[in-house]
Amino acid sequence: MAIGWPRDRKMTEPAAPPSQVSASREPTGRAPGATRSLTARLVTGLSSLLILGGLILAFAAFAYGRTAARDAFDRLLVGAANDIAASISIRDGAPVVDLPVSAFELLALAPDDRIAYQISGPGGAVLTGYQDLPRPTSSARDLVLYDARFKGEPARFIRVTRRFAERQFSGTVEVIVGQTLRARTQLAFSITRNALGGLAVGGIAMLAFAILIVHSALRPLERLAKGIAERDPQDLTPIRAAVPGEVDVLVQATNGFMARLDRQFATMKSLISDTAHQLRTPVAALRAQSDLAAEEDDPARREEIVVKLHAGTVRLSRLLDQMLSRALVIHRADSARRERVDLRDIALDIFEEGDHAALSPGAEIRLEIGDEEVAVLADALSLSEAAKNLLGNALRHGKAPVTIGAEQENGQARLWVRDSGPGPAPELRARLGERFTPGRSGAGRRGASSGLGLAIAQSVAETYGGTLEMESDAPGFTIAIVLPAAEEHR
Amino acid sequence: MIRLLVSLALWVFFAAAASAQQPEAIRHFGPDQPAREITLRTTTDVAILAPAIGDFLTTHSGLAIRFEQWGSNDLYEVGERDCLAGRAGADLVISSGVQHVVKLVNDNCAATWVSAETSALSPELRWRDQVWGISREPAVMVYNRALVPPDEVPLTRFDLVDLLRPAQSPYSGKVATYDIASSGLGFLFAFVDSQEASTFGALMEAFARSGAVATCCSAEIIDGVARGRYLIAYNILGSYAAQAARDNPDLGIIAPADYTLVLSRAAYLPGPTVNPDAAALLDFLLSAPGKRALAKTNLIDPAVDDGGGGNREEALTPRRLIALGPPLLVATDDMKTARFLERWREIFAR
Repeated sequence: MAIGWPRDRKMTEPAAPPSQVSASREPTGRAPGATRSLTARLVTGLSSLLILGGLILAFAAFAYGRTAARDAFDRLLVGAANDIAASISIRDGAPVVDLPVSAFELLALAPDDRIAYQISGPGGAVLTGYQDLPRPTSSARDLVLYDARFKGEPARFIRVTRRFAERQFSGTVEVIVGQTLRARTQLAFSITRNALGGLAVGGIAMLAFAILIVHSALRPLERLAKGIAERDPQDLTPIRAAVPGEVDVLVQATNGFMARLDRQFATMKSLISDTAHQLRTPVAALRAQSDLAAEEDDPARREEIVVKLHAGTVRLSRLLDQMLSRALVIHRADSARRERVDLRDIALDIFEEGDHAALSPGAEIRLEIGDEEVAVLADALSLSEAAKNLLGNALRHGKAPVTIGAEQENGQARLWVRDSGPGPAPELRARLGERFTPGRSGAGRRGASSGLGLAIAQSVAETYGGTLEMESDAPGFTIAIVLPAAEEHR
Repeated sequence: MIRLLVSLALWVFFAAAASAQQPEAIRHFGPDQPAREITLRTTTDVAILAPAIGDFLTTHSGLAIRFEQWGSNDLYEVGERDCLAGRAGADLVISSGVQHVVKLVNDNCAATWVSAETSALSPELRWRDQVWGISREPAVMVYNRALVPPDEVPLTRFDLVDLLRPAQSPYSGKVATYDIASSGLGFLFAFVDSQEASTFGALMEAFARSGAVATCCSAEIIDGVARGRYLIAYNILGSYAAQAARDNPDLGIIAPADYTLVLSRAAYLPGPTVNPDAAALLDFLLSAPGKRALAKTNLIDPAVDDGGGGNREEALTPRRLIALGPPLLVATDDMKTARFLERWREIFAR
């Protein structure tokens, strides 16, 4: 078959690039709803973590540095105090201090710190040194280290005692040595600074590693995106890519989405082929009969053919109605929002619409609904189409009176149609579970149209999680769309 | 309130006592109607510091300097009293009694000052950025060339001890040194000597045996040597000796070859705040032009300046710079000082 597109294309835009190429470029742009990149999030998170950790470690390092500096310089104090204590001797019954320069040279290892000292004899009489130095609060031990102020500056002090039990002198001589804290603070800061320097290098290295890791962790996503972009537009088969478990969720969802798309495609294709198939026979029959009518000279016979032609046209139009209704139902199954529907309203609407009157004038139709709401979550239009088809079938193939009703029992909502006839033949019923099978129905054209109605009802029932149930008993044949009842409305 | 009463009481007490301490000399430098004036208290003679101060004032017009010359012990006491009373008293103090200055700094009496000039000082000549070494002056022996034969000139302390050893030594009673009880500088030299070497004991013994003279003040001692009252003076400040030797060729100077003490006069800015003019004067004295000015009056002996001395032979003599730092506190300890003086008196009382 000749299609005009090559000529059109040449006329309009000869150099137009193949549409697929431009399509494959689209994913490089950022979707309008895209949020911050995962890399940025991870890097921000890790940086804050590192900064927080760094702060905690900085405090720890400073605390450690202070302790280390204090211990180191406390040893100087102890050494100096002991040195001074050792220089005390008893001369003429009194303690005499020959202050050793070595003690001060030891303390001068803290080069910028001022030195306080005091040597006092029994009763606290100051022998030499500063007159008013702070004393330790505890007096229990021989060696006490304490913090106090020395002439306007915080300082660290030590007190050591030396006991004399000599012929001329017996008692305790107390040595207090103190030193301001500059060197300690400097050492503490230098320890902290060194620790923080190492920490900063480590932190930056960790951050760099983290960025690398994040990049490599996100690489499967890029691969996936590239794979999808390069796909044939018609290719709706599931994505088969080796991805990490976290991304697999996304792949599964995409696959589910594509499967649905594929199903819709398939449905649409079969709908079109079904429709073409369905229409061929009746249209061919109409053509044959109109041919016959054209060639018939006998007016009586021609009249007869025209009646048949009319009947055929009516059937064709009904068939078309049903096909449209099925297309509608199939379309809405995937696209319409599910909402709370009262099945009694559906039954009542169909009963009141009175479409059936045109279908079989004079037939008696009854409505049977209760007071209780019969609620389901579904699409009202699809349900209505399904029920109309069931009613149409009952009117055409069953016996009057026909009843339409809705009821709820045991958590199941039923929308049903009952006629007083025996129902369809067993072999037809057996096939009702199958999909609509055009042209193969033993019931011929009539069977085809009723089969289509049932197929619509069945697919609607299945779309909303229910079944199509049939029952023949004393009063007649009942066919019902059974759906799970919606929960009580609050 | 109590603190106020105490300080008031102290002030009254010290104000009454203050009459005892007076500067030995006062001189004004700079314009008569100055925009600003700073007070410089020092143990240094006016004549010796005058060239440096003159150079400084040429670049600071409108500034006047009240120059007060003090005895080193008095200067210490007045500084201590000012510090206790919470006032600065002077804007810049330069003292040869460096142990006193170290003690005052240790007592938190000095203000902190950091400049390019102070930072350039070696660590020995700087403590806490509150005390700085201004001069480099060796402690020397001075002798009378006319009276001491050249082959008897002592080059070391051992030579001096040997000179004094004979029972009928011509040097008996003719050796002089500072009276360390009245001279802070004399005390410092003696004290550092006692720390430096065991020679000190032998020297003291020799002084005691030979009846050495302890007397006051560089000028008097040098004058005594010049006049022949003394033959040799020990531990005399090199700057004064050099000054005197320039006028009197009979005076000979020896830097002891066993070791030579080097004094660096200590400067501090009485706290708690710094007078910027005083700090500028300090920076000038530490700067290269300041050093040149000080060298004119021998306050900086080029052989012992920071470079270590360009003259190799001079450099062979071990120079012991008296470092400004906490160990000098020992020289201010009451008990230590008392015992040291006691021993000294025992020696010179004989």
